[in-house]
Amino acid sequence: MKAEQTQYTPVIHVSPAPHLSSRDLTTRKMMRDVLLGLSPVVFMALYVFHWYAVKQLMICLLGCLAAEALFMKMRAKSATLNDYSAAVTGIILALSLPGAAPWYIGVIASVVAIGMGKVVFGGIGMNIFNPAMVGRAFVMIAFAGAMGAPGYEQIHATVDVITRATPMDAFKQTGAVASLDSLFWGLTNGSLGETSALACILGGLYLCVRRTASWQIPAGTVVTAAALAGIANLVHPESNWTALHHLLGGSLLFGAFFIATDPVTSPLTPKGKFIFGIGVGFFVMVLRLFSGYPEGVMFAVLLMNGVTPLINHWTIPRPLGAIP
Amino acid sequence: MAVAPTPAERFIQGILPENPVYRQLLGLCPTLAVTNGLQAALTMAGAVAFVLFCANIVTSTIRHLLKPHLRIVIFTLIIATFVTITDRFLAAYMYGMSKLLGPYIPLIIVNCIIICRCEVCASRQSVFAAGADALGQATGFALALVSIAAVRELLGSGMLFSVQVLPESWPNWVIMILPPGAFMTLGLLVGAVNWFEQRRSEQAESERG
Repeated sequence: MKAEQTQYTPVIHVSPAPHLSSRDLTTRKMMRDVLLGLSPVVFMALYVFHWYAVKQLMICLLGCLAAEALFMKMRAKSATLNDYSAAVTGIILALSLPGAAPWYIGVIASVVAIGMGKVVFGGIGMNIFNPAMVGRAFVMIAFAGAMGAPGYEQIHATVDVITRATPMDAFKQTGAVASLDSLFWGLTNGSLGETSALACILGGLYLCVRRTASWQIPAGTVVTAAALAGIANLVHPESNWTALHHLLGGSLLFGAFFIATDPVTSPLTPKGKFIFGIGVGFFVMVLRLFSGYPEGVMFAVLLMNGVTPLINHWTIPRPLGAIP
Repeated sequence: MAVAPTPAERFIQGILPENPVYRQLLGLCPTLAVTNGLQAALTMAGAVAFVLFCANIVTSTIRHLLKPHLRIVIFTLIIATFVTITDRFLAAYMYGMSKLLGPYIPLIIVNCIIICRCEVCASRQSVFAAGADALGQATGFALALVSIAAVRELLGSGMLFSVQVLPESWPNWVIMILPPGAFMTLGLLVGAVNWFEQRRSEQAESERG
């Protein structure tokens, strides 16, 4: 009986031994890398949306840090502000919101993201769903008016792009097609961080090169989305919204590089990461093509977060010589 | 052998320490379904209280006649009788509310709080104890429903009892009126009550020792 109690069998074998631990790869350093990777996106958001971006970034950043400090204090644990994870959540959350959204949306989304998305599960590393997307989904359903397509447009905005419809919505409603140029550089309306494909690719590649983000996830997402968009084009050759529009428009790239790659809520094994990426790409395209929403990255990531334990279970590597 | 609780203790226990929703997690179906407004929640709580009290009294009265293998059938028949009375009463005198609650009134027949109380208390205890137990559990159920509904209605529409209490500029949290809001509110409140009870038992512990 005693021997049984002391014997410890790990549940998930990530990879065969040796398990090296590295002092270079702490949460704090990874999160700093993510912040660096996000900087081109933040820069483009500031350039395109001016103080709308400043306002939203400040609200979500302060909101997330305050929520983290408060909830960790309630759980009587030392606040984990200095690992930057709350800051990353805040910035990704802000970049996923419309610039014209009223202030309380950022505040509520931040509190929900940290509180219900992360702390109730036990804090960093324990959450099932991506915190920023939990916060966004909450406000998306709670304030459908301010977060839906009409919420992105403000007729009397001081910044030009905000007066226009987002490319995804314009296409869904009227069939108007944005130019690939504007989608690539990002001079369109949309969520703060999603407009510029270039900025997302630059920051995303940096993360992949640094191995902070696993390349399998964005690769799986983009390839699957491209393939499905290609099929959609073949089925409807008259549509002017091509596969490239699907890739560069909306938040596919931002989601693939920055949201889906959250190491806590994505699978552990390389094969699992690829499956995860394929699933995200698949659901994004299904939601874009067949749902009432113009975009589906948030729900796609949340759905795949939900099946991550299952993917982990499927893709446990078998150590050499182990009996299946 | 522990001393059996007095009827007064049974009543007190039902309100918070053994609250049917927050502590026993029973009767969650109506708890989630009808708590998007205080009026509906109070009506449901009233209906459950009536059925629970009557069923407990009747069960306790005939407890010596019960045959073990037929007892659940008898419970269900007794409960169904009182649910039918409630259902017809609501349809006659509160037609709008009856429409709003729809199938959830007939569904009280399978409400596990009532069967649970018939089984664990009424079929073994005196009429007086069963009545006190029913009142305590019903009060606890009403407390849970009203607290959840208050949070949901206030945040979701800025109203309490359909009267606007928050300023008109309050942005309605539509999600709180929808089913996800019910689950989140229930989860957070269960957490809050657990925390409260834990603190209370720790206090009692330190006083004793």
